[in-house]
Amino acid sequence: MITTTGLTKVYQSRGREVTALDDVDLQVREGEVFGVIGQSGAGKSSLIRCVNLLERPTSGTVTVDGRDLTALAGRGRRAGKELREARSRIGMVFQHFNLLSSRTVQDNVELPLEILKVSGAERSRKALELLDLVGLADKARAYPGQLSGGQKQRVGIARALAGDPKVLLSDEATSALDPETTRSILTLLRELNRALGLTVLLITHEMDVVKTVCDSAALMKKGKVVESGTVSELLATPGSELARELFPVGGHASGPDRTVLDVTFHGETATQPVISQLSRTYNIDISILGAAMDTVGGRQIGRMRIELPGPYEENVVPVGFLREQGLQIDVVDDDPSAAAADGPALAEEAAE
Amino acid sequence: MTWSEMQPLLQQGTVDTLYMVLWSTLVTVLGGLPLGVFLVLTDKGGLLQNLPVNRVFGVIVNIGRSLPFMILLIALIPFTQFVVGTFIGPTAMIVPLAVGAIPFFARLVETAVREVDHGLVEAVQSMGGSIPAVVRKVLLPQALPSLVSAVTTTVIVLVGYSAMAGAVGGEGLGSKAVTYGFQRFETQFMLITVVILIAIVTAVQLIGDTAVRLLARRGRAA
Repeated sequence: MITTTGLTKVYQSRGREVTALDDVDLQVREGEVFGVIGQSGAGKSSLIRCVNLLERPTSGTVTVDGRDLTALAGRGRRAGKELREARSRIGMVFQHFNLLSSRTVQDNVELPLEILKVSGAERSRKALELLDLVGLADKARAYPGQLSGGQKQRVGIARALAGDPKVLLSDEATSALDPETTRSILTLLRELNRALGLTVLLITHEMDVVKTVCDSAALMKKGKVVESGTVSELLATPGSELARELFPVGGHASGPDRTVLDVTFHGETATQPVISQLSRTYNIDISILGAAMDTVGGRQIGRMRIELPGPYEENVVPVGFLREQGLQIDVVDDDPSAAAADGPALAEEAAE
Repeated sequence: MTWSEMQPLLQQGTVDTLYMVLWSTLVTVLGGLPLGVFLVLTDKGGLLQNLPVNRVFGVIVNIGRSLPFMILLIALIPFTQFVVGTFIGPTAMIVPLAVGAIPFFARLVETAVREVDHGLVEAVQSMGGSIPAVVRKVLLPQALPSLVSAVTTTVIVLVGYSAMAGAVGGEGLGSKAVTYGFQRFETQFMLITVVILIAIVTAVQLIGDTAVRLLARRGRAA
């Protein structure tokens, strides 16, 4: 649905060149929620702005719904009619909502329809319908200044949907909201994604957002996409940083002569009580040191750190059994120095 | 001078002053509003960024603002003659008043429009809005309270200018004050013209402030 190839953006700043995007290839499939995560300054904002050409890429192409937007853009700074028409089919929501304080909620939602030159009666019908969809039908006559942050973002989402877009771009839409409101906004995005078949590209710096709603994710660092894929693809990638962050596990061996294993469930195997099978088959005691698991559509996704008694040499057979179940097994070299390198942040998260 | 002598003079003066101020305000807004918006759009980072054009217009505006109004008044006589057909009387004075106030008002508009959050501009662009749509739907409505405030300030400046214009062939309270109050030493008459001018300025400020407050209240906290 959204494809970028070789997307590069270089800013000129006081004679110096700053590369915000460096040869970014991204594939967002129709109907999925795709999250781009990265720290501030990683180029996420430039990326999402290049998708609807609010920023002109220095080179590379952007295709949305089969149309090459970079070709429509032309060379001038001003957006031509065709590009503006294409933009009106791409909804966008913003971190700071960007609602007009001088207009009522309903008039804010009508704004894109005014730009599309929709008649007055049709505008107000559509706006009320959208406000109902986001659960704010009773606030149509209020001004944005009278709403809470979460309500403002709902108005922002209703407004973004006014042009019947197939694609929704979300620029840190939940970053200014508290955790509970964040969850409700993410739930709304998920519902809209399912109900309207909306493709969502969101950028965020919060791993929780990716964990909650995304089907696929990409990790950006210094203008480059370092990893990208569906959540189970990422889990299946050995050494994936995103998988480790999404499903953090920690915990250390309870004593000497133990074997510590990281077991990755990447959703390819149907749910089976693998751990208890292992325990019964080989008559061994298994401790779970840490786990971050989810069950999505009857498939288990996530990672678990388990401990088996005895050194690795004694556990070759049980490990083989786990591998046979289609699980990915990494043996954790559990000497204390490696444990320190694991990082306190990860250990803390796992402790929750 | 008795009151019956003063009254028709004061009345005529007030009517002429209001006439000059009203029309020159209208011309100033029609000229200064687009100019101010244009200065923002062509500036660095603007939607129509064009620095050479921006600099040229900026210099013209600065020249207009730095010329003393008295000098502008006299320098514009041929132009006024060309536009109105005469360079004396209240109608003729509208020309130098507007020319003097347009650069001033344009800068106020520029400041007001620049204050509008760029995120809103981006939002309208993301909806497929053109530059005229950005100006009409975002820049002007969002800047409205500041713009009304700018008009108020400009009207008051024009009241002052119009009194000056009165000294060089215009009509209005300024000219009456000079002719009767100053040259004929009618101190009482002069004081009354000053009081009327103060009343006009106060009334304009009050109306302007009320309008700004009403506009600003809309959309702020309940």
